[in-house]
Amino acid sequence: MPRMTMIEAIRDALDVSMGRDEGVVVFGEDVGYFGGVFRCTAGLQQKYGRTRCFDAPISELGIVGTAIGMAAYGLKPCVEVQFADYVYPAYDQIVSEAARLRYRSNGQFTCPMVIRMPTGGGIFGGQTHSQSPEALFTHVSGLKVVEPSNPVDAKGLLIAAIEDPDPVIFLEPKRLYNGPFDGHHDQPVTPWSKHALGEVEAGHYTVPLGKAAVRREGSALTVLTYGTMVYVAEAAARETGIDAEIIDLRTLLPLDLDTITASVRKTGRCVVVHEATLTSGFGAELAALVQQHCFYNLEAPIARVTGWDTPYPHAQEWDYFPGPVRLGEAMREVME
Amino acid sequence: MADQPPLSLYVPEPAVRPGDTPDFSNVIIPKAGSVDRPPVDADPESLRDLAFSIIRVLNRKGEAVGPWAGLLTADELLEGLKHMMTLRAFDARMQTAQRQGKTSFYMQHMGEEAVSCAFRKALEPGDMNFPTYRQAGLLIAGGYPMVDMMNQIYSNEADPLKGRQLPIMYSSKEHGFFSISGNLGTQFVQAVGWAMASAIKNDTRIAAGWIGDGSTAESDFHAALVFASTYRAPVVLNIVNNQWAISTFQGIARGGAGTFAARGLGFGIPSLRVDGNDYLAVHAVAKWAVERARRNLGPTLVEYVTYRVGAHSTSDDPSAYRPKAESDAWPLGDPVLRLKNHLIKIGAWSDERHTQAEAEILDTVIAAQKEAEKHGTLHTGGKPSTRDMFEGVYEEMPPHLRRQRQQAGV
Repeated sequence: MPRMTMIEAIRDALDVSMGRDEGVVVFGEDVGYFGGVFRCTAGLQQKYGRTRCFDAPISELGIVGTAIGMAAYGLKPCVEVQFADYVYPAYDQIVSEAARLRYRSNGQFTCPMVIRMPTGGGIFGGQTHSQSPEALFTHVSGLKVVEPSNPVDAKGLLIAAIEDPDPVIFLEPKRLYNGPFDGHHDQPVTPWSKHALGEVEAGHYTVPLGKAAVRREGSALTVLTYGTMVYVAEAAARETGIDAEIIDLRTLLPLDLDTITASVRKTGRCVVVHEATLTSGFGAELAALVQQHCFYNLEAPIARVTGWDTPYPHAQEWDYFPGPVRLGEAMREVME
Repeated sequence: MADQPPLSLYVPEPAVRPGDTPDFSNVIIPKAGSVDRPPVDADPESLRDLAFSIIRVLNRKGEAVGPWAGLLTADELLEGLKHMMTLRAFDARMQTAQRQGKTSFYMQHMGEEAVSCAFRKALEPGDMNFPTYRQAGLLIAGGYPMVDMMNQIYSNEADPLKGRQLPIMYSSKEHGFFSISGNLGTQFVQAVGWAMASAIKNDTRIAAGWIGDGSTAESDFHAALVFASTYRAPVVLNIVNNQWAISTFQGIARGGAGTFAARGLGFGIPSLRVDGNDYLAVHAVAKWAVERARRNLGPTLVEYVTYRVGAHSTSDDPSAYRPKAESDAWPLGDPVLRLKNHLIKIGAWSDERHTQAEAEILDTVIAAQKEAEKHGTLHTGGKPSTRDMFEGVYEEMPPHLRRQRQQAGV
């Protein structure tokens, strides 16, 4: 099986989708000739031509707004917002338009589109290249929100998202593009070529939306997480020796509640982890659901380990980032 | 710098307010027939003057004059007159229905009927409008059943949109009428995307975007012009300048630019101003712009100069922000009356036939209303089910919505 980085897996998903369906068009800032600042669309314009993969003006509103019109026409646009931090000018188009078009027109018009955006920090990107805005989208009726943590899922989930009949926000943890970063920023990262999930099946396959994956089976406590934090959680389990069950949610909306509740009912303890800020973060939704559905199984309060409620800093990146040490401490507390 | 006076902020004000004498002396009205009709493939640079004049066909005597005249037969004009009369009668009935509590909200077209009714006749089947809330003439002139419009307004059991949308936020794909958002300006850039899709697929369909003078201040407007210009999208971008954005006069959105049409010039988009109360002029300019789009010559920006005679909606009272008699002073007159006079002038119509047609149209509207009210109004009779509220958020209902629907007991 071919070995791929997450970037190559995403590019392969786009390539496979564009090859199978002429309606799939890809555009965004620097996406065409150059192939994207993270290279996720490299070679697609050369292969499929300028009308299938092209550069857009620097207007996220325009990129998403035109994509909505294209989706209503019957195309399947898969657009790139260069950083998730740049998505806000398009927020009205996403929230008031893409998400509600099917509902408000009673199905006369639909919006099958994907908005890809690199998310999260760990690259010294400062407050405008590091944010994790997933909760701003999970709060919106009509959207689906996906965040893969590895090349195999990235390809399968992206193909599934493109084939989905509704709009999908596709968040790509940019710190994972080249390897499974576990939060130990002072150590070299294992490349995807040395990781089992870097072995990506060629051709077409999908990973269904709305299904979580158990990354590590365990009996002591459940860690609910997604994206970069999956590997931080693996490191914390290794380093604390706590037999954690680590659940990679993969899709945040719709959420795989069955996998979550089955695990917490088994372990009786739960830690919720994300890189985004704490207050009103997606972890709050997870904690609420776990207490509602697993209250009588819980042996300890649910803990949340997240970024602090500050803008994402530059020099203090590693004080902000919820790394394995902070997570390990929270896991120990939940075990007490 | 010590001798410089301090800065002061300029906040524009309309020339007149309630109690003042209406004054439109600043609206320069060129003579009907005086503006050239260039070929559709003319160099956009050569068309710049069209953004500052007003294309007019009907003169004060009711004659159709100049290079933009002569595109429609008497029968077609008569049909257009009836569409406008129907829209006006429809509005009057629905405005009253709102006052009677049969629905929550309504927005009428008084004075602006020509814009959407005439534009619709320049399109072909398969073309798509991305309208605002004041283009119901696109539906009336496009043959959409009035009873379906009323069912939507009443949010009753036969509402094609299942009670999910505010009244008059219609949607009909079949009639080339994109779902109205209610958020301002968003549809303008979507129209460009739809048009780009048609070009990507090498189809022949074109799109028309619609926006009001006030909403041109939204970023969506500027994004639409950038994308339309860059990709030469087959789209007609329509600005309906009816002088008022609720209580805000058009100068607040327009700023220092001479006209709204002039906004297009910086994008290299041919930009025309047209007498929005002149059915023939609206239709002729629409035809011109639609042909440009169809021939892959790219986008056209059109500013319709008109006047909103009524309130913005049933939720505001214009006498609180503009002179009561301002609409009487509007120099471009009434679109229905002007077309009626033209048809009489050419011997195709008479006052008697007009009065008779008014009565017939009113009967048709009342019959549709009776039919719609059999299916209920907002607060009485049949209504969409609570189950409908949970349907259609996604193609397939996800588990969390199924649980909530169950919780709601439906």
